[in-house]
Amino acid sequence: MTQSNRISGGQIDRGQTLRFTFDGQGFTGHPGDTLASALLANGVRLMGRSFKYHRPRGPLTAGSEEPNALVELRSGARREPNTRATVAELFDGLEATSQNRWPSLRFDAMAVNDRLSSFFAAGFYYKTFMWPRSFWEKLYEPIIRRAAGLGSVSREEDPDLYDKGFLHCDLLVIGAGPAGLMAALTAGRAGARVILADEDFRMGGRLNAETFTIGQVAGADWAAGVVTELATMPNVRLMPRTTVIGAFDHGIHGAVERLGDHLAEPAAGKPRQILWRIYARRSVLAGGATERPIAFENNDRPGIMLAGAMRAYANRWAVTAGQRVAVFTNNDDGLRTAADLRAKGVDLVEVIDSRKGDMIVDSRGRLGLKSVTVQDSKGQRRDITVDALAVSGGWNPNVNLYSHHRARPVWDDTIVAFVPGADGPPGLTVAGAAAGVLSTHGALRTGRDAAIAALGLTGAAPDLPEAEDATPRITPLWHVPQGKGRAWIDQQNDVTVKDVKLAAQENFISVEHLKRYTTLGMATDQGKTGNVLGLAVMAELTGRSIPQTGTTIYRPPYTPVAMGTLAGRSRGAEFKPVRMTPSHHWAREQCAVFVEVGNWLRTQWVPKDGETEWRQSVDREVLATRRSVGICDVTTLGKIDIQGTDAGAFLDRVYANTFSTLKVGKCRYGLMLREDGLVYDDGTTARLAEHEYVMTTTTANAVGVFRHLEFCRQCLWPDMDVQLISTTEAWAQFSVAGPNARNLLEKIVDQDISDAAFPYMGAGNVTVCGGLRARLFRISFSGELAFEIAVPTRYGDALLREMLARGAEYDPVVYGTEALGVMRVEKGHVAGGELNGQSTALNMGLGKMVSQKKDSIGRVLSTREGLTDPEGYRLVGVRPVDPAARLTAGSHFLDIGAAAVAANDAGWLTSKVYSPHIGSDIALGYLKAGAGRIGQRMRAVNLLAGQDTEVEIVSPHFFDPEGERLRG
Amino acid sequence: MRLTCPLCGPRDRREFYYYGAADYLNRPAGGDPAEWDAYLHLRDNPAGQTRDLWYHETGCAQWLLVTRDTVTHSISDVALVAAGGASGGGIAAKVKPEGSA
Repeated sequence: MTQSNRISGGQIDRGQTLRFTFDGQGFTGHPGDTLASALLANGVRLMGRSFKYHRPRGPLTAGSEEPNALVELRSGARREPNTRATVAELFDGLEATSQNRWPSLRFDAMAVNDRLSSFFAAGFYYKTFMWPRSFWEKLYEPIIRRAAGLGSVSREEDPDLYDKGFLHCDLLVIGAGPAGLMAALTAGRAGARVILADEDFRMGGRLNAETFTIGQVAGADWAAGVVTELATMPNVRLMPRTTVIGAFDHGIHGAVERLGDHLAEPAAGKPRQILWRIYARRSVLAGGATERPIAFENNDRPGIMLAGAMRAYANRWAVTAGQRVAVFTNNDDGLRTAADLRAKGVDLVEVIDSRKGDMIVDSRGRLGLKSVTVQDSKGQRRDITVDALAVSGGWNPNVNLYSHHRARPVWDDTIVAFVPGADGPPGLTVAGAAAGVLSTHGALRTGRDAAIAALGLTGAAPDLPEAEDATPRITPLWHVPQGKGRAWIDQQNDVTVKDVKLAAQENFISVEHLKRYTTLGMATDQGKTGNVLGLAVMAELTGRSIPQTGTTIYRPPYTPVAMGTLAGRSRGAEFKPVRMTPSHHWAREQCAVFVEVGNWLRTQWVPKDGETEWRQSVDREVLATRRSVGICDVTTLGKIDIQGTDAGAFLDRVYANTFSTLKVGKCRYGLMLREDGLVYDDGTTARLAEHEYVMTTTTANAVGVFRHLEFCRQCLWPDMDVQLISTTEAWAQFSVAGPNARNLLEKIVDQDISDAAFPYMGAGNVTVCGGLRARLFRISFSGELAFEIAVPTRYGDALLREMLARGAEYDPVVYGTEALGVMRVEKGHVAGGELNGQSTALNMGLGKMVSQKKDSIGRVLSTREGLTDPEGYRLVGVRPVDPAARLTAGSHFLDIGAAAVAANDAGWLTSKVYSPHIGSDIALGYLKAGAGRIGQRMRAVNLLAGQDTEVEIVSPHFFDPEGERLRG
Repeated sequence: MRLTCPLCGPRDRREFYYYGAADYLNRPAGGDPAEWDAYLHLRDNPAGQTRDLWYHETGCAQWLLVTRDTVTHSISDVALVAAGGASGGGIAAKVKPEGSA
């Protein structure tokens, strides 16, 4: 097909031809084209179907405010629905497809909705699908969901990369039209750090779409000259293809830069889009204005577009929207379209100026405009044959970002539009058409002045070149008084004047109700072309002024943002950072199985050849540890060094039990409460010197406990002499447990670690392997004779390999978190399932640890009524009466014969493991009055798992209750 | 959102941990349950100026007393709690003799 509607001039590169397809048909265009301009050049004006009525639609605009020309771009995994053809930059090989139609764009079966439109008026959901109630979920909603929506997603993983970035500047200029360019030039020449962002791929704004001159040159050339100068300034960053999507608190702006959308695929290794967070000391909003239509019957046909857009297609893209064109306007700006088209040699048939009493009352043409009906001031009607109509109802300043902090624009009767008021985001100044200053001279002047004011510039500012300074002249006409047909206000959501009338009749007259009842402005274009028009129609219908009727404000984002852009690199394996333990590389060599614990990857178990099921590995690790010796990486536990003359007294306040009396060289189990009296965390803390302790925390609470201790130190007791530092990542720490633990470590540690020299609960600084500094703690989580040994993190991997090599005669096993869990349950130690944030020391059987001899965090409220109920939950052990029966954590305790209802619930199983030592499942649990029920039989019931198992309540200390092994 | 840390300068909100109202500075020294209830649970929800505690978690690890406006989002003051730069300060708990409630 030839580019039959291509005319002379324009900012396209005719030296190059680009090939593209639309619904499978091949077309050509040129660099500089958008998909919409190229299709129009080829005589294609039907580009989509409307949301609700499936009306045939063509582009209404030439920019990001487009409600109609939404298409799918590309294919396969890169298929992207709901893309505005008016801003999609043409590239060679672009595949575009129409959407929301079946089977084809020209014949759409769903267009039957248009005939049934009386059933689909505003509020039809609420009225039509009321009953029977059961039909909603099964029938109505699935049907509506299938019929609604526009494009469809690919359902394949997006192959492209998206990134996030951070920028800082003195002045962010949003929009690179005459106002924005002048602001950037003024600030840039003054040496300020400037970012100039514009959503378009070519900077210049309306100057590219108009025939104005600035000084002695064409406006587009002046813009290109300024951009060239700005590009030479090291303090200025030009960001074309970048939409500032929101103005947030404290000068933070969100922006989406499209680096690869205009390419068939992004350059290798480069992101397709970047979500920028721009920190701006000041900002100038120079986002221009958006033209609005006039509502008349059947004003939505392909070929009817906004006058400024039609002018832009002619001047910038050298495209005429049709062969016989008319203009319908209520203001002087519409006349420019007529003049520019005539100058381009287009057959401009007629100008219908409503200010002279003429109006367009109807149009015809099923898939594209064929004629319009004009009614003159005497009421005479006649049809004129045209294939394109330009409509101008005036211009609305783009106040969107100004109102992102909920500032309300004010009504301006001179330009008949909302303009920014005084209370916009701090630091943001509005200039040019966005401020309601619609002349080119005004844009240049206010742009320059905004930069001067924002930065407090005192030096010479750039001279203002000569430019048109016409006073906007407009006489409001919102909608042509109606007959029977429908006149569109919001074309994307198919909201008509009739819908607004219906809302008014049913008293949904507040702006917020109007919006929600009719869905006006709730489509992806956020009502950029329709909102003010809808508001004005409501004002007329209710006999109020527009300011009395209300204002519309906008929320971020300015234009739709893809989910992938918001996600950035945080997807798949890169969703969050991974912390690797010092033994990670060794474990990977052994094909260990890992488990995520917060951001940590911990070894869960280490399978040996021939082991096909996880239990085989875990049972082996447990038995080998209890038989000889096992090693476990416990680096993930939090470690906090606590120093100062008040360190002991400080610990007495943050722990429920006492630490100031702990002897140097010893460690002690500590229980930490929250102020509400519930248990927060536990761990062992060692006293390494008179004024030096090292605390360990659970893995889960490592960060939180440190924060809490800093709160206590800084906010509660700032007079105490105590200093804290987190050393979690400074030390690699291994548990070495089992009867041969000491024998193995004697081959590693340089000092005497006999029971006499290093007794149970001993702690201290040692050296290993001939001089490397280390810390040794004789503590046990497994119930075995055990040590924990710590070396600087970088030696962790070497220490593990050295322990395995030097201790080979003891056949040491490396065990993971599963075996760790089995052994701690066998020993009755509390962990995650019991430290659930809802339990007290009393619940855990540790009530005596809460010292009443001193004040500490949580002491007072740990004694409150309700937490001290003697019949309350107590930690117990659980065994199935039949050793072959299975238990499940989360199962509830019930008396024998009691019905499985909440009223009979006596508690629950908190942790469950298989104990190879006992030869059955065992569990810990919280049981009401549990201490007095040892030896009794109950049931563990789990209705979800279909389990009802008879169990025996036992002591939680399944293994070596006297603790003989760990003191060995 | 940005906070200007007295030690580190203007920083992004994501470096900070939000705790709650500055009431947390006034830890009761006694054992009166009503006093403790108020300390832990009773909070105003002002439309306007509020003072609350933030922690510069990925910065200098300092607890900060921030004065801000919940309506305008403006931040009028950021002070180090430990330096006593704010009037809240820290109140030391009394160590109880054995047997007292």
